[in-house]
Amino acid sequence: MHTKSIKLESHTLLPTGKIDRQLALKLYRSMLLTYEFEDRLIKLYKQGDLFGGLFTGCGNEAVSVGASTVLKQGDWIAPSHRCIGAHFVRGESLNEMMLQLMARAEGQTKGRDNSAHQGSTERGVISLISHLATSPMLAAGCALAMKQKKRKNVAIAFIGEGSTSLGGFHEVLNFASVLKLPFVLIIENNQYAYSTPTANQYSCEKLSDRSVGYGIPGVTIDGTDVELVYRTVNAAIERARAGFGPSLIETITCRLHGHSAHDGAEYVPKDVKEKWLKRHPVSLYRKTLTKRRWLNKKTDNQIIAMIRSDIENAIQFAKSKSYPPAEDAAIGVYAE
Amino acid sequence: MKSKKKKKIELGGIVAAPKRAQPEPFPDGPVSYIDAIRFALFEEMERDENVFLIGEDIGHFGGAFKATKGLLSRFGPNRVVDTPIGENAIIGLSVGASLLGMRPVAEMQFADFVTEGYTQLVEQAAKNYYRWGAKMPIVVRLPSGGQLGAGPFHSCNPEAWFLNIPGLKMVAPSNPNDARGLLKAAIRDNNPVLFLEHKFLYRRVKEELTRDEGVVAIGKGRIVREGKDLTIITYHAMVQASEAAAQILADEDGIQVEIVDLRSLLPWDRELVLQSVAKTNRALIIHEATRTGGYGAEIAATIAEEAFTELDCPVARLASLDTPVPFAPTLEKYFLPSTEKIVSRVRELLSF
Repeated sequence: MHTKSIKLESHTLLPTGKIDRQLALKLYRSMLLTYEFEDRLIKLYKQGDLFGGLFTGCGNEAVSVGASTVLKQGDWIAPSHRCIGAHFVRGESLNEMMLQLMARAEGQTKGRDNSAHQGSTERGVISLISHLATSPMLAAGCALAMKQKKRKNVAIAFIGEGSTSLGGFHEVLNFASVLKLPFVLIIENNQYAYSTPTANQYSCEKLSDRSVGYGIPGVTIDGTDVELVYRTVNAAIERARAGFGPSLIETITCRLHGHSAHDGAEYVPKDVKEKWLKRHPVSLYRKTLTKRRWLNKKTDNQIIAMIRSDIENAIQFAKSKSYPPAEDAAIGVYAE
Repeated sequence: MKSKKKKKIELGGIVAAPKRAQPEPFPDGPVSYIDAIRFALFEEMERDENVFLIGEDIGHFGGAFKATKGLLSRFGPNRVVDTPIGENAIIGLSVGASLLGMRPVAEMQFADFVTEGYTQLVEQAAKNYYRWGAKMPIVVRLPSGGQLGAGPFHSCNPEAWFLNIPGLKMVAPSNPNDARGLLKAAIRDNNPVLFLEHKFLYRRVKEELTRDEGVVAIGKGRIVREGKDLTIITYHAMVQASEAAAQILADEDGIQVEIVDLRSLLPWDRELVLQSVAKTNRALIIHEATRTGGYGAEIAATIAEEAFTELDCPVARLASLDTPVPFAPTLEKYFLPSTEKIVSRVRELLSF
């Protein structure tokens, strides 16, 4: 099997920002919520309560949560399908999320689109589509509008390492760099694009090396370390807010579930999976916080119990709601 | 030994933009199709500060066809955004900017290059409102059409590529007032509108602009010439070819052809077309785009479904050949519909 070994360095974008106990617990809780929620979704899917594709981000929690927690009011984000955590961080409730995933009438896409394809202009969340290299361009467009409106906001976007092979990856970075947009592109390198490993996806050592070609900072970091993700994205966002243009951040994680819920991912070597399971971002951060005495077993158990009960309530809530009426399919194609 | 001097290569820049210009005055006298487009851009950008232009070579250079000449010096680089080459990103950034209430007018240098941005148009722009309620007030200007000897990659008529995409609107003006009025309506619309402008008409048709707002409602066709024997349903530069044919048919055969200029292709004016066909009992659809699966097929099917009992002859189509747009003048002439071809097709239908 072809494998890559890479050195992680961060010489072009030094992490900034201090993380206090309150912020740390917020990061931890958001990651835990994401993990527990997706774990429960897999069971729901197997029971037949969810249909269509189910795409989870197990192993990716530190990236979606760490990056999106940096954002402020008026900023925009283009989450990927491994970024359910980002939706929660941006203020979406479990009820809203379940209504969407269960295709209910009151869901954000009113049953018109599946998965976490919801978006919100109020919360600054771009709705994901399955053509994965297109959403970063929308985020760059938001960044252009912020610049035009002279706002001190930023837009960030996520892209998988697989989608970096698409032309859109090049175009968005080139445009953002030339137009000096307040934009940050985060590569979620989870090592597998469906079944394709990194060695079959690209030949450079690090995807962040490509930043050189756009004249922007680029860095590759450990994507299981939520504080490192937060502080690196913070540095890129500070730079963008100050008018210095875009950055590229590659985060290395491992996709611990299949591509979608039907995929057993037997193509992932056992030792790889075992090695990365030990580095699950939630358990890593639990250890860190326990060591710092910011978290103890009792509090942790309380948080877990509360999250689990919130999730069950949301499932019951969504189940009690109805699908959209059939005739709704025909309306709402055009805006007034 | 001589020390080697490092060679330095300087890359070219561009002549500085002229200073801030005054608002564009209302043009006196006959105005060309391209200048009507240019004036509509001025008008809309003066009216609404959220309207901005984005595209290749549109700023300093004023656009490949000079549709945006003078706009940079009036509105500055924030609202006339010169970009690197990349139709995918031009449309993608337009979609994104519209989420914050901006109203982008994106220029494709030639309609042919819209294929590079096809995903952004059909997957993002067209579906966003239906999927998550995000309004998409985007205009994409598409310099279309042949008759200019521009070959297979600078002559396309892309309407059929988009006809099957719910969520898009599409207009195709045939004269300066419609070009101005439909562009203004497109910019004010909260949906993505493809503005198909015909390159052959750019400097060949001129008329005075109406001294009012001049907005032309999207979805409304126009009777260009009244007649009782046959309805020609057409748009863009085929309106002029049809008018010439109608005159020949009137003079030589005494045939009175009615011409409907669709103006809007999506949505299109079904009522006007069906009314006209009910009057003349014959329908000929003419377009410059190729025939198979072309725009005319939709009109023909609708007439067959809705007006079958009104018809005295089969619904007919006259379109370009099912080939790429060829380059040599002899080939392109053979490829395209023309006044002569229209005349002979109408005569055939009248003797059915």
